[in-house]
Amino acid sequence: MKRWTALVPTFYIVFLLLPIYWLLNMSFKTTNEILGGFSLYPHEFTFANYMTIFNDPTWYMGYVNSLSYVVINTALSVTVALPAAYAFSRYRFLGDKHLFFWLLSNRMAPPAVFALPFFQLYSAVGLFDTPIAVALAHTLFNIPLAVWILEGFMSGVPKELDETAYVDGHSFWSFFLKIFLPTIAAGIGVACFFCFMFSWVELLLAKTLTAVDAKPIAATMTRTASTSGYELGLLAAAGSLTLIPGAVVIYFVRNYIAKGFALGRV
Amino acid sequence: MAKISLEHLRHSYWPEPRQEAHWALKKMSLEWSDGGAYALLGPSGCGKTTLLNLISGLLRPTEGRILFDGSDITSTTPEQRNIAQVFQFPVIYDTMTVYDNLAFPLRNRAVAEGAVDARVRAVAEMLDLTRALENRASGLTADGKQKISLGRGLVREDVNVIMFDEPLTVIDPHLKWQLRSKLKELHRRIRRTMIYVTHDQTEALTFADQVVVMNDGQIVQIGTPVDLFERPRHTFVGHFIGSPGMNVLPCEIRGGQASFAGLPIETVNAGLYRGAATSFELGVRPEFVNFAPAGIPVDIVRVSDAGRFRIVEVRHRDRSLKLLVPEGQEIPTGASHVRFDPAHTQVYEDGWMVGAGS
Amino acid sequence: MTKTVNNKAWVFVLPVFVMVAFNAIIPLMTVVNFSVQETFGDNVFFWAGVTWFEQVLRSDRFHAALGRQVAFSAIVLAIEIPLGLAIALAMPRKGIGVSICLVLMALPLLIPWNVVGAMWNILALPDIGLLGKAINALGIEYNYTRQPYAAWFTMVLMDVWHWTSLVVLLCYAGLVSIPDAYYQAAKVDGARAWAVFRYIQLPKLRHVLTIAILLRFMDSFMIYTEAVVLTGGGPGNATTFLSIDLVKTALGQFDLGPAAAMSIVYFLIILFLSWLFYTLMMRNVES
Repeated sequence: MKRWTALVPTFYIVFLLLPIYWLLNMSFKTTNEILGGFSLYPHEFTFANYMTIFNDPTWYMGYVNSLSYVVINTALSVTVALPAAYAFSRYRFLGDKHLFFWLLSNRMAPPAVFALPFFQLYSAVGLFDTPIAVALAHTLFNIPLAVWILEGFMSGVPKELDETAYVDGHSFWSFFLKIFLPTIAAGIGVACFFCFMFSWVELLLAKTLTAVDAKPIAATMTRTASTSGYELGLLAAAGSLTLIPGAVVIYFVRNYIAKGFALGRV
Repeated sequence: MAKISLEHLRHSYWPEPRQEAHWALKKMSLEWSDGGAYALLGPSGCGKTTLLNLISGLLRPTEGRILFDGSDITSTTPEQRNIAQVFQFPVIYDTMTVYDNLAFPLRNRAVAEGAVDARVRAVAEMLDLTRALENRASGLTADGKQKISLGRGLVREDVNVIMFDEPLTVIDPHLKWQLRSKLKELHRRIRRTMIYVTHDQTEALTFADQVVVMNDGQIVQIGTPVDLFERPRHTFVGHFIGSPGMNVLPCEIRGGQASFAGLPIETVNAGLYRGAATSFELGVRPEFVNFAPAGIPVDIVRVSDAGRFRIVEVRHRDRSLKLLVPEGQEIPTGASHVRFDPAHTQVYEDGWMVGAGS
Repeated sequence: MTKTVNNKAWVFVLPVFVMVAFNAIIPLMTVVNFSVQETFGDNVFFWAGVTWFEQVLRSDRFHAALGRQVAFSAIVLAIEIPLGLAIALAMPRKGIGVSICLVLMALPLLIPWNVVGAMWNILALPDIGLLGKAINALGIEYNYTRQPYAAWFTMVLMDVWHWTSLVVLLCYAGLVSIPDAYYQAAKVDGARAWAVFRYIQLPKLRHVLTIAILLRFMDSFMIYTEAVVLTGGGPGNATTFLSIDLVKTALGQFDLGPAAAMSIVYFLIILFLSWLFYTLMMRNVES
């Protein structure tokens, strides 16, 4: 029984790794080998595709642009979500339920719906083609998500903690920053993880709001694939490199994943 | 219902225990007779829950055997052992009604619905749950849920033993007493073997006919509540049971005579010691220490009022001890003398009572 | 937990409110504006009333895209939810295996969506892709750029690959937070594996499953990037889902009025279905 159940996750992981392997496999092949036909592993192992990326600013700046709007977005979303989540978890106030639902409803808005209006809006305020535009646009999805996750974690912290701190003479902000935030550190980690994740993987808005200077790596890839024809090896190498930030982030939060995905509310 | 025997039982959570500290439960053998009410009492981490889980079959012992009515059940599953267990936190099946919760263990064993209904109603009657039968179990209060857990144990007429793992932890104080009396009453009515694990001496002493006191993975004493109070076989028992705990003082034995700080002390068991060692301890409960015109000279340090009696802390040189003085009795001021009741003063060697055989 | 009434709490939510409002209300106003007006360029607009809405709601093209979208979401939900739950149940609960499983399983969630599309594009190429080659080697003719069925198969498989892990992680988190005592009580009560699942695990997972279904429904209903990169909506219009159709209308043909009307209808459908799912899932809890 026990042996048998272990097979299920094993098969699943193999299934997950196959496309990744194939991507890596392609990225180490020469264009000749790729066009020459099917091969299970690179016969002429080459780093040429990676060298092209590291030597060409239009390529590597794509990574810098992507990472900068992701980091700005994550920091911004979580920072403004923290006090709001605290308010939702501790107080009742005029319109609180409606506000909460309205925030969440934005998570249900298809990015395709907002692509064109965002383009107009950010052009009008002069932020078009900057990482800030993308970071701000992504807050539409990430702030509600962060508020929701953090509210779940904060509701799990008994109110007595707040009261004890006030009795001990802490001011609100000293309590909030020195006692409360460390208590829900895991929740903050999870919220950051989700914000990072959605901002890093989203492309439609990121592509719409940038042209040249702030173009994300993913958009560079799309354009390469369509303009310069059949450069599969280069495309695969660029794709492989986009796996790294995700893998690093997962490694850091690995101990929180199991509990964190319950979002503090089971 | 069954007699339970543990033979040379030993358990470790390590795959290959190498040193003494790796054993969560040190070697023990004991026998519990059918229909008794037992308590396992000890501080957190003393191994009492481990022992309970070994008996219920949730754990498999590293060494030794467990027998129910003489037959070896060491390698059987909890289900095959036919036992019931009530956990620290109420376990109920949220989506079911109270009725379905109580019927669950019977239905799992494919008992006919007619018989299930009769048993469920009988048990609900016993536990005062009849009116809640059709309600969703998740809506009940903590004590109601704990009653359901208990009910799931009682519903099978043939259970060998019902075990309680600190069942009153999450119950409100004023309901604890009620539920505890309910348990006691149930035990008198149905006479099944019950094992009750707790770190609360009041719960253990009021529930059980026999209390097993555990410390550090081993049994330190098995006895009736009176035994534990009047004849602690180990200084740990003296400390742990009673409030305040037993006074423990260094002493000497020479030629069958104990002495404390050079003063001879009459004891129950010093005469049983043959030989001459110097590291002994003297144990006497505060209840059995009295002020006297002569005896051990002491200074009074502190008096605290505990309602029907007062706790007096006194000092002889650098040794402090406590005594209980009933209401209305005079407490001398300043220097005075105390005397130990010889019938309730014992000597201990390495923590164990001299002459009791450990 | 009882909450204190305190309207000053608005100060705490104000930054969130302002930022989300800036991003949600202004663009939404733009969309609404477009949806009721006609333009021939040059920023000259005419009142068009509900013409665009009528046009969208009557258009066969919209119905077809909506039909494909509903079918796609239904298929991936029907696969990913049970599969994710089954994998979570089979996962180890302690030991080094847990970390390995979690880290590897989370990986697809953090890959940019166009890379996911590109990855599957490369994997499924009939001549040099592992998947395409393997299927053809089995004697089944397979080319996702030409056969609608092959395109759908690849699309669903890609989505299962991409998102089942989210369901697994949510369910796993739910499972590990069930106290041991429940399993022990079930053993003592003689419950079989099925009863444990039905009466302990499933009820305790209700919340996370609701979250999983909602997230998977919303995201699959909004699928765009992966699908565009993989098939571009083709062959023909076989995999033109709502978002793809919308972008084609708005940016491709620059039909702003119909695109805006379609956006609003699209958004309302998601809101309505999400509300419906949520209400159905939570109905029993409330009573």
